Amino acid sequence: MEKENQTTEGKVYSLPRLGEPAPQFEAITTQGTLKLEDFKGSWLIMFSHPADFTPVCTTEFIAFAQIHPQLRELNCELLGLSIDSVYSHIAWARTVEEKFGQKLTFPIIADLNKEVASKYGMVMPGESKTETSRCVFIIDDKQIIRAMIYYPLTTGRNTEEILRTIKALQTSDKNGVATPANWQPGDKVIVPTPNTQEMAEERVKDKNYECTDWFFCKKELK
Amino acid sequence: MACVNPDGTLSSSAKELLKILNNPMTAEEISQKLSRPMFKVRSSLREMLEAKLISSAEDKYVITKEGNKKI
Repeated sequence: MEKENQTTEGKVYSLPRLGEPAPQFEAITTQGTLKLEDFKGSWLIMFSHPADFTPVCTTEFIAFAQIHPQLRELNCELLGLSIDSVYSHIAWARTVEEKFGQKLTFPIIADLNKEVASKYGMVMPGESKTETSRCVFIIDDKQIIRAMIYYPLTTGRNTEEILRTIKALQTSDKNGVATPANWQPGDKVIVPTPNTQEMAEERVKDKNYECTDWFFCKKELK
Repeated sequence: MACVNPDGTLSSSAKELLKILNNPMTAEEISQKLSRPMFKVRSSLREMLEAKLISSAEDKYVITKEGNKKI
């Protein structure tokens, strides 16, 4: 079920929620008609940009394309979106390759009727009523939304942070741990906090962990 | 459509896919054989099923007579 937020003008916009199934869609893209369910079994970074043939978006698309090989190694695909036609996307992709030397290897949704943008709360009317803001949805291989990033029109995203987030989420899933601020692969991870007194007492005595206190313990991953 | 051009001809990637479907294959097998991501394989198969260029049975896909005419 889509969640709704009511604005003071009475308009209703949907926003997805972390930990819930990503809203399904079928969309025209630069690589044919795609459905979200086509990506089942892979992680997916779906991201929106305000408009084709604009400078900040161009830098972002180049940056996303540059991390695409690393994402593929993590079983993660990329999917772009803007409220532009597929012809505009094709022309822009060709321009990026010709003028900047970077081939765009991922599909881009042409969301002219704003159907996907509406389901994902990508339009921020305070910034623009006709363009999507810079949104990122990290969707796992079971099609659950695991992280969301919303950036304004003025500010290009940090693709290294997005890559880091994927690695952190996958590390958490694989090892049953959490990751601290600024975690990088190879750093110690955070052990889940005990939720009974008995476990808290056992935790501080456990030599396998580095505990500052019963609720704050780290360990190295082997 | 990604596989079928507006004039009815097939893209080169579509022909490549059809050519390996003389014997039934699953989507996963197609993905591995052609080194294509699963989302692209699923999308292509859906399009080709709609165009009756392939048929499916028990999660496997095989080229049809119509598909053979196109390659």
